[in-house]
Amino acid sequence: MIANYGYKDGSGEYYISIDTDKCIACAVGRACLDACPKQMFEVITDDYDDEVIWVKKPNCRTLAYDCADCKPASGYTAAALPCVAACTPGAIKHSW
Amino acid sequence: MNAEVNAPSAPEKKEFWRWQETAWIDETKDWRKAKILTCGIDVGSVSSQAVLVADGELYGFNSMRTGNNSPDSARNALQGAMDKCGMKLEDIHYVVGTGYGRVNVPFAHKAITEIACHARGANYMGGNKVRTILDMGGQDCKAIHCDDKGKVTNFLMNDKCAAGTGRGMEVISDLMQIPIAELGPRSFDVAEEPEAVSSVCVVFAKSEALALLKAGYTKNKVIAAYCQAMAERVVSLLERIGVEEGFFITGGIAKNPGVVKRIEKLLGIKAIDTKIDSQIAGALGAALFGYTLMQKQGAKA
Amino acid sequence: MITAGIDMGSRSVKVVLLDGDKVKKAHLMLPGELDADQAAEKAYDDALAAAGLKRSDVKAVFATGAGRKQVAFASEGITEMTAGAKGANFMFPNCRTVVDVGAEEGRGIKTDAEGRATDFAGNEKCAAGAGSFAEAMSRALQLTLKEFGDASLKSDKTIPMNAQCTVFAESEVVSLIHSATPKEDIAKAVLDAVASRVCAMVRRVGIEGEVVLIGGMVHNDGFVQSLKTAMDVDSISLPEMPEYISALGCALIAAERQH
Repeated sequence: MIANYGYKDGSGEYYISIDTDKCIACAVGRACLDACPKQMFEVITDDYDDEVIWVKKPNCRTLAYDCADCKPASGYTAAALPCVAACTPGAIKHSW
Repeated sequence: MNAEVNAPSAPEKKEFWRWQETAWIDETKDWRKAKILTCGIDVGSVSSQAVLVADGELYGFNSMRTGNNSPDSARNALQGAMDKCGMKLEDIHYVVGTGYGRVNVPFAHKAITEIACHARGANYMGGNKVRTILDMGGQDCKAIHCDDKGKVTNFLMNDKCAAGTGRGMEVISDLMQIPIAELGPRSFDVAEEPEAVSSVCVVFAKSEALALLKAGYTKNKVIAAYCQAMAERVVSLLERIGVEEGFFITGGIAKNPGVVKRIEKLLGIKAIDTKIDSQIAGALGAALFGYTLMQKQGAKA
Repeated sequence: MITAGIDMGSRSVKVVLLDGDKVKKAHLMLPGELDADQAAEKAYDDALAAAGLKRSDVKAVFATGAGRKQVAFASEGITEMTAGAKGANFMFPNCRTVVDVGAEEGRGIKTDAEGRATDFAGNEKCAAGAGSFAEAMSRALQLTLKEFGDASLKSDKTIPMNAQCTVFAESEVVSLIHSATPKEDIAKAVLDAVASRVCAMVRRVGIEGEVVLIGGMVHNDGFVQSLKTAMDVDSISLPEMPEYISALGCALIAAERQH
């Protein structure tokens, strides 16, 4: 399942998508949990009883702000975002 | 300042946004003969539904406005449905809660997200060819892909912004002083289709709508411009996950042809029809999840 | 040499007549029933009349703002970012960060020593990061925007607002009212919320040098206080006549381009 967490408003579209098929049997010990400086990720059991990562609920409405420190303005490129880089199975993507 | 705001307690104030609460029971069936009775309760931010499922088939439902707290809303919704057929809570084998207030349904055995429940409900309502579901709820909008069993394969949800939600429609109904159920039909009663108002923000759309009225637009034309904006908004949201054949719309706005027809036109695809009330999809899915769980338990025992 | 700058905002038309580097006349008009193009004509003519000038006295007219294309008599249109940076830099030469919060728009602009905008981040299409958010909430509390700002200064509570959208926040404010939360605390919660959103935008371009706030929200003392806290800066410079800064920048650029 592709789970998109985030929102779209007048200023743009901000989604973090998690490919849960790549996430269920995480090969890197949930490295994303510590990689995110804002600790936005969390392990949950989803509706189909799989253990996966999601983005904490309050962050889903403020992603553009929460992720600002990791974006190009602060010297990161899209592929080197801490969460994306930590997830070597490639489950995490940013839409913006 | 707006005169209405100055007199918030005016007794005669009509609530144009208020939609019809409904309840229905399948009179051709007798729940007492069912082996497994399950119930799904969807406590949304705006509306709450209770759906009764007898042996995996829709038996009855009750849909009402969400009250001040989730437990009461859940209880009242279910009571309304049970009262219509003389059922008691003890008669129900399994209750699944869903929606925004799902963790606050005191008598639920399990809580499942509305994403999974809507997909499951749509699969029942529209059949197993449903692949793309658009749910326009009171305060959010969801786009879901599912497989032939109603299992979610891709989803996104937007509950940050009121544009493209039922709440946005309520705002315009209040602004135009037109009952919400009339908005759709009225939006087609125009000489020519106007351009959409701002589709990105309800606040700006509202000021644009007022400006259009001032500029001599008829109310119907303004409503048409608003419905178009709403349609553009949800279509742009759908585009993020893509639209596959087998398109189905759930939630309150599915009842507004003014938005639905415009969405269909923008996508170039017709939504699958259903006779079942579009607002109960989430609760229905929840009840069906309950049925599957009961079957599994039965198999184990 | 006299030049004119016209700022066609979402709510009001602002005209600045500039004589060299001196403001000769600043004029603000609410369009009311008028169309944007008529409003521009009338605001401009009223400003000229008040200054005792004729159209032929003016060397060049530049326009800015959302409706700048509606100004038929303007020779050029420039963006709000360019105009705002220029105007703020003229008032405060050390200004490097401009925060512009008007009725329907909020943005952060980075500027160089000459007042040229080098980067910006905006939230033009969402009411949540602009004055209309505070305005809608003040209406729910039955206060004017000014009273609303003053009320917030009397509170030292921090109540986080969950809703990000103006429309949803209205119901949140109503439930705060029903739970008998003092209106001072609600006002502060709302202004803190707008400030934090504006601040997040400004952070995207970076905060450096003197920070200048322009736009109508300058008049709201409570907002200025909330913004200062959110941005974590010691001071924010506030120009006189903050709503005219973009029109002023526009007139300044018009003068520059005549050389």
